[in-house]
Amino acid sequence: MSAAEVIPIDRGRSSEEGQRDEWERRIADALAFLRRRLSGDFEVDEYGFDREVTERVLLAALRPLAEHWFRVEVRGVDNLPSEGGALVVSNHSGVLPVDALVTALVVHDNTGRFLRMLGADLVFRLPFVGELARKAGATLASVEDAERMLTAGELVGVWPEGFKGIGKPFADRYRLQRFGRGGFVASALRTGVPIIPCSVVGAEEIYPMVADLPVLARLLGLPYVPITPFFPWLGPLGLLPLPSKWLIEFGEPILTDDYDEHAADDPMLVFDLADQVRETIQQSLYALLMQRPSVFG
Amino acid sequence: MGRVVLVTGVSRYLGGLFASRLSGLPDVDTVIGIDLVPPKSDLGDVRFVRADIRNPIVGDVISDDDVDTIVHLGVVSSPVSVGGRASMKETNVIGTMQVLAAAQRAPSVRRLVVKSSTHVYGASAKDPAVFTEDTEPRRLPRSGYPKDCVEIEGYVRGFARRRSDVTVTMLRCASLIGPAVDTSLTRYLSLPVIPTVLGFDPRLQFCHVDDVLGSLERAVAAGVHGTFNIAGAGVLSLSQVVRRLGRPWVALPAALLPSIAAVVPQLRSADLSSDQVAFLSHGRTVDTTAAEKVLGYVSRFSTEEAFADFMAHRPTGPLTSDRLDAVEREAREVLGKVVHNVRR
Repeated sequence: MSAAEVIPIDRGRSSEEGQRDEWERRIADALAFLRRRLSGDFEVDEYGFDREVTERVLLAALRPLAEHWFRVEVRGVDNLPSEGGALVVSNHSGVLPVDALVTALVVHDNTGRFLRMLGADLVFRLPFVGELARKAGATLASVEDAERMLTAGELVGVWPEGFKGIGKPFADRYRLQRFGRGGFVASALRTGVPIIPCSVVGAEEIYPMVADLPVLARLLGLPYVPITPFFPWLGPLGLLPLPSKWLIEFGEPILTDDYDEHAADDPMLVFDLADQVRETIQQSLYALLMQRPSVFG
Repeated sequence: MGRVVLVTGVSRYLGGLFASRLSGLPDVDTVIGIDLVPPKSDLGDVRFVRADIRNPIVGDVISDDDVDTIVHLGVVSSPVSVGGRASMKETNVIGTMQVLAAAQRAPSVRRLVVKSSTHVYGASAKDPAVFTEDTEPRRLPRSGYPKDCVEIEGYVRGFARRRSDVTVTMLRCASLIGPAVDTSLTRYLSLPVIPTVLGFDPRLQFCHVDDVLGSLERAVAAGVHGTFNIAGAGVLSLSQVVRRLGRPWVALPAALLPSIAAVVPQLRSADLSSDQVAFLSHGRTVDTTAAEKVLGYVSRFSTEEAFADFMAHRPTGPLTSDRLDAVEREAREVLGKVVHNVRR
């Protein structure tokens, strides 16, 4: 058999044809996606995590916001393990949990893993919010779910400051709040997974909360009702986050597998470790702030 | 000498199936079935005793025949079949108390198997996503079948303490499903238009009727003390379930759903109480590791397979996946042509 003859191809035509193929492929892909959604032919896990919707809709919608609006810079992604359970512990700020979503996005885009976020019960009580949170891979911040996920080798994210952190006044920005009872440390100790401190700079300025309406908040069953320079004065436009410059740093993992099996029941050790994590995040917040030229830099 | 098993609730679907299945087993000598009304179908070798479990006659049956195993299936999950909530509660709670009281006095009883439900975990935003047998529910069910299950479990635990020589196995089964199963959930899923809770997509787990029977049989044979979750592996969200059925749905606010259900007669059989609405908001999944490792029962049907078996025996709605496939093909062709022309 003779060697195959090399036929020079018409370059212009082929690229046009290639483009058409590309378009056809995209249409077919989008239609198949729609058909799967409409016929219920997709998968969710026991926590309600819908990988397809998270990747193709939620993260895809978040990406331009993170890349172009907040211009997120990420440091220390090598500290995120490529496999196995780990607990990412981060500071919390910004009135709405945009910081958690952006952290999940950068974790996914840098490691291909999904950050399984632990949220307060309020999140799961609210219609739409709770549904979306579960689809995005979140679950209730409870010992049971946290340890189940960590044991299964998931990358779990926790914001121990909770509402005290995310709902703090603008004047207290970058001042870490109390870390609750340190339950996250006990869970990491019991499951023997590393704790990865994460510091987010930039989320504090997206909705600068200058005042709170505690009476209205209590009426609505919410932890706070924020007043910002733009909300509620500008109506829905006030919901647009300010384009602050974001820096996210993942710190060196704090290993927990050297401790003995009773370590999680030792409150002194748990508090010490929680303090160590808190101090690490606080110091790297100060360092990151020094590196940021200006709030909108 | 073979065993003598007493099965309560044999005139009901599950009880009848299980009693006739037991009577076919080689090491079971006698199966005595007890119920208030005669069984509708032939139960084979099962000896039927017509008696009300709510009165002490059940004790005579146990002592006359030296019953060694009691399988308590005389619990009803829906008020529709017994004529109202009051008589349902009486059958469930008083009936269980009488059976347990009779069993306590009978020295021949060695094993007790009770079918409960994962409804005992309730459903709320404060609960973890996955329940193990030890998880303390944050909000206990307050009405209907779920509440009966909680009370029945309480009495069974009390019995286990008083008769520590009896092996007590309690099976918490996820939502029962199968071709001929009739529960409030299967009636809900058979509605022509399915009302869902606005802004929520609960996680559901099903337990195929074969697995309920299989796990009960395993519990009778194994004699393992404890409480076990029984459910098909995996999860389906309600949105998946509704779309697979191909039926239209309408999302209604959680606060309005019980009142709407009370007014619309078609919805009454679906039993949309506030507990059921909480379940249809938050859903629930259970861990079945204990059933697999300790009891030694692995469910044959996954949640998805159990649901598929249910679906295969029901009429599907207008949005079947065949039609969607056809629409997809059509749309791909049309859009392909559009792109082709635009490019040219």
